[in-house]
Amino acid sequence: MKTYILKRLFLLVPLLLGITMVSFLMLKSLPGDPVLNLVGERASQEIIESISKELGADQGFIRQYTGYLSLLIKGDFGRSYYTNRQVLDEILAKFPNTVCLALATMFIAIPVGILLGIAAALNRGGFIDRAMQAVTIAGVSMPVFWFGIMVMLLFSLQLKLFPPSGTGGLQFLALPACVLAVPAISTLARVTRTSMIDALAMPHVQTARAKGLLRRKTLAMHVLRNALIPIITIIGLDFGSYLNGAVVTETIFGWDGIGRFTMDGIVKRDYPVIMGCIIIGTAVFVFVNLVTDLVYLYLDPRIRLDEKNR
Amino acid sequence: MKKTGKIASGVLIVMVVFSVMAPLLPIADPERIDLDALREAPSAAHLFGTDSKGRDIFSRVVFGGRVSISVAAVAAFTSAFIGFVVGLAAGYCGGKTDTILMALVDFILSFPSLLLAIAVSVVLPPGIYTVMIAIAFVGWTSFARIVRGQVLTYKEMPFVEAARSMGCGHARIAILHIAPLCLPISLIMMGIKLGGFVLTEATLGFLGLGVQPPTPTWGSMVSANRAYILSAPWTVFFPGLAIFVTAFCCNLLGEYLKERSDLRRSLRY
Repeated sequence: MKTYILKRLFLLVPLLLGITMVSFLMLKSLPGDPVLNLVGERASQEIIESISKELGADQGFIRQYTGYLSLLIKGDFGRSYYTNRQVLDEILAKFPNTVCLALATMFIAIPVGILLGIAAALNRGGFIDRAMQAVTIAGVSMPVFWFGIMVMLLFSLQLKLFPPSGTGGLQFLALPACVLAVPAISTLARVTRTSMIDALAMPHVQTARAKGLLRRKTLAMHVLRNALIPIITIIGLDFGSYLNGAVVTETIFGWDGIGRFTMDGIVKRDYPVIMGCIIIGTAVFVFVNLVTDLVYLYLDPRIRLDEKNR
Repeated sequence: MKKTGKIASGVLIVMVVFSVMAPLLPIADPERIDLDALREAPSAAHLFGTDSKGRDIFSRVVFGGRVSISVAAVAAFTSAFIGFVVGLAAGYCGGKTDTILMALVDFILSFPSLLLAIAVSVVLPPGIYTVMIAIAFVGWTSFARIVRGQVLTYKEMPFVEAARSMGCGHARIAILHIAPLCLPISLIMMGIKLGGFVLTEATLGFLGLGVQPPTPTWGSMVSANRAYILSAPWTVFFPGLAIFVTAFCCNLLGEYLKERSDLRRSLRY
């Protein structure tokens, strides 16, 4: 077990190396010059040259890349071209906010989504099932930015129950988490439904019922447990993507998280910021995947570590 | 499901007809500024009210549909085409081609898709083609995956062997014998993906990265009128509702297609 985890974490090194290399290459080959972006159109040639020298933009690709890597190993992600702050400090300051939002969202979405899915599966073809399908399709069709604004209008501007925007405690967290939870609940409920229907059709469920096990117990011990793997997969994927920042929700509710930071970086072509976000984002994603795999293992002893690791 | 599928496609057809016919319809000019009618509530004269420059929101929504629907449709076709070609090549050639192409797919899928679309729209000059490219750039991967899977199954079938033994070349087998069999699934995928593409277009528009003003788009209308949400909520409500209804109908249609084609299992939900 320990060696498996270590092996997976060790694999992160070549992966990150590859990702940094490809992203670096892509950023470099983009049209548009960050130096010109920085100094504006009317700067004199000397200023442009001195700034390019300062940023190392006049050196070749290999030297730039190796220079970047050697700093990276020391934990230096560079400074933002615009704010001149350490990228790592900024990310570390914003990441807890993003984690908070992601956790709150999953805290709402997991129970609601799974319960909805179970209810629909048990009622297959019935009213609850059809209503659930309609609601969840509506949930994934909702433009988050519009839904967020409407929720804000109702709950914070009209009813004045929550502050409209900002980063902070529970009262700030409630609205964005609920808005973000809607699409998550929808996908989760649909996956749970399909997966439960599959599991219900398995012969061992019939056996369990035939030997006189209560319906409730059969569902909890035999059906749900078998249905959990795809559900966990979706939870892992959703959580991983929320940890990389929910750009739109963060923008609407003024939540100071990674998503907005990344988007600002992209729009301003702040290369150190973009690279930093990509690297941290990949590492987080890989870590979430690892945890998901370990959860599989716990839930379903038939899954072997080596098979997953092939 | 059959009935909802029909209703959804009916609504979509009406929307498409409205968008295509927009310049011919007897509605106000969507870009005409009327300083005497600022932020008027919905009435008989202005069905959806007017915005902060006195422009008629109903006609802006109708004209905005031209952008949203055409972008989503073109992006769907482009994604399907690229995905089809890549999937066919990867599945049929196998070996190194397969490994490289699928690694590319995995690489693109490893980024949050919205951020990637944002990155593409920042790099290219703003405009309607940029939005189409940005959406297709992210969207083709799922087509490639599903077509590749299909090709892998068909490749082993006796009719391929028969064609080989009759002396058909690889290109002929791939294009004339296998590709037509993968067309239905690509069309179905297009239906399934359409709703998501509508939402991505709207989101890019909302973030200011879509088709630029004064051309009305649903997403940019929501963001431009956000400031007046308390005094004139209809300026935000109706464009957003248009996005929601379009995406909802597309997704209902996709759901219907998914059920009919038995794709539900392989798509997981």
